[in-house]
Amino acid sequence: MGIVEAILLSVITAATPLVLAAAGELVAERSGVLNLGVEGMMIMGAVCAFAATQLSGSPYIGVLAGIAAGALFSLLFGFLTLTLVANQVATGLALTLLGLGVSGMLGESFLGMQGIKLQPIAIPLLSQVPFVGPLLFRQDAIFYLSIAIVAGIHWFLFRTRSGLKLRAVGDSHGSAHALGVDVIRTRYLAVLFGGACAGLAGAQLSLVYTPQWVENMSAGRGWIALALVVFASWRPWRVVAGGYLFGAVSISQLHAQAFGIGIPSQFLSSLPYVATIVVLILISHNRRMTLINTPASLGKPFVPDR
Amino acid sequence: MRIELERRPKVSALFSILSPFIAFALTIVFGGIMFALLGKNPVAALYSFFVEPLSEVWSLHELAIKAAPLILIGVGLSVCFRSNNWNIGAEGQFIMGAIAGSILPVVFYDWQSPLMLPLMLVLGMIGGALFAAIPAFLKAHMNTNEILTSLMLVYVAQLFLDWLVRGPWRNPEGMNFPETRTFGADAILPEMLASGRTHWGFAFAIIAALAVWFMMRYTLRGFEITVLGQSERAGRFAGFSSRKMIWFSMLFSGALAGLAGISEVSGAIQQLRPVISPGYGFTAIIVAFLGRLNPLGIIAAGLVLALTYLGGEAAQLSIGVSDKVTRVFQGLLLFFVLSCDTLIHYRIRLVRERFAALKTDEAH
Repeated sequence: MGIVEAILLSVITAATPLVLAAAGELVAERSGVLNLGVEGMMIMGAVCAFAATQLSGSPYIGVLAGIAAGALFSLLFGFLTLTLVANQVATGLALTLLGLGVSGMLGESFLGMQGIKLQPIAIPLLSQVPFVGPLLFRQDAIFYLSIAIVAGIHWFLFRTRSGLKLRAVGDSHGSAHALGVDVIRTRYLAVLFGGACAGLAGAQLSLVYTPQWVENMSAGRGWIALALVVFASWRPWRVVAGGYLFGAVSISQLHAQAFGIGIPSQFLSSLPYVATIVVLILISHNRRMTLINTPASLGKPFVPDR
Repeated sequence: MRIELERRPKVSALFSILSPFIAFALTIVFGGIMFALLGKNPVAALYSFFVEPLSEVWSLHELAIKAAPLILIGVGLSVCFRSNNWNIGAEGQFIMGAIAGSILPVVFYDWQSPLMLPLMLVLGMIGGALFAAIPAFLKAHMNTNEILTSLMLVYVAQLFLDWLVRGPWRNPEGMNFPETRTFGADAILPEMLASGRTHWGFAFAIIAALAVWFMMRYTLRGFEITVLGQSERAGRFAGFSSRKMIWFSMLFSGALAGLAGISEVSGAIQQLRPVISPGYGFTAIIVAFLGRLNPLGIIAAGLVLALTYLGGEAAQLSIGVSDKVTRVFQGLLLFFVLSCDTLIHYRIRLVRERFAALKTDEAH
């Protein structure tokens, strides 16, 4: 395998959790819910996936556990913001703080353990194609899932009736309610899906990216995923583009450290965070464009009048 | 069974006061269940977590030391949150304040003057405010979401501090440990009381809380903060500028976080290290909400959250649970605070499905 392939491969591995978490959050935001707890759901997914893998011996059980943990954790957010109409920004922060705390506690006995890596699955024939084969068709199940999920979200949002309803709920919950759409139910499902995706992203971190458990191993990726949704202007395929761009930034930083160029490692490590800020500025400085793209009911609470 | 909310005709004064207490009680109950699940005696565990740290003079001083930054930052954040500006990067502003304030005792370490300490405090506030100016500028003039930018800057600040103490600011006589020179006598924030370690940072916190309380209650600026926070449109009609408010609230909270940072470093640690905060900037968000964004409430809330830090350490020593329990308690507390706040504006009803169906039939 050449150096270019190796670098591209590492970019894909770094990008997959970002793409997954951002895609899930995109659906939640399209339904009008701003869930700032992505980081918390992701880290819960990571710790539960790792623990389940260690206990069962199968990383696939781990993947399922990660998804379940993220989804369950998001229900907590749903209950507070949708049923009890608590402030979405504050509740999202609470979810992140709680997730970091609970995962630290759950993961304590797994610290320093040798992880079990999710093995790649080679797709017959396609994986034999030179260059593209090893890159795209000799990957782990989570990578394939990430692409399938993005394609599924695109199809669902723009080609199905339920997707149209979900977007209607996000753009004007009052009108959607008047037309008989169950706003709260739609939002619960969207939040749950977002949680499952964030959990899966977390599972990727502790089973593929670095197969071990380290406290706070999500290292702000949940927040970067939130920025990615803005960057993608709430369109599924742009999440993939953005995710790979960020994956490339974080990988280039690692390679630069390896080559030992004269810049202190801390400055290189801060690159993904600085890049996030720069991208956010570029995307949102045009106020009108932002207004057109943002779901109009994003972050606004809804209480059905009875 | 279904939960239904019914808007109260008027904000409930009773629950405005009660809700933080209910939240705290629920946290204790859940904490007890959690300890029981961990196989510990819940009563003994809760005792060592919440009561033991209050039983000795030295630990009361530790409580004040931990409460000082929480109250200082929380009070600043309350101004932000009330005006609907979501500065969640106080942790970064705390670090940058500590760094800016440490320029004098680290770089000009052989300078001795009674002016040292006041200058350090001012520099700390400037450092925090300048770091908060980045998300403020981006929100006010570039329309960029302040939640994400302020949070990203926390990571940048942490890495910058790490670089400083391992690189240019490392103590040349420090056996290669990643820490700066210890501060000279002029650069140390003195203790307040003869009985223990509590330094003047705690006094700063109380003064800041009282000042903000006065501002919110008696000044036009306080009214402006409330109006713009509740309805930007109404504020605009009153001639208030939301852009200026972004600048004011972010710089103000940044300055207080910076003051907290330099007070902590100069009063409690007395040098810079790679990590100078156990997440004060994030915990202060919980403090602000538990105090219901009221400066006087925030003083009490700051003491409660400081207790969770001490309780975690105490519980680790006496009953052998992980000190990670602290973070769980803090997260739970915020959750319960937010859910209990619903009671202020709504009545909560449990409705049986059949009854609900009947009711809608009647309505038709």
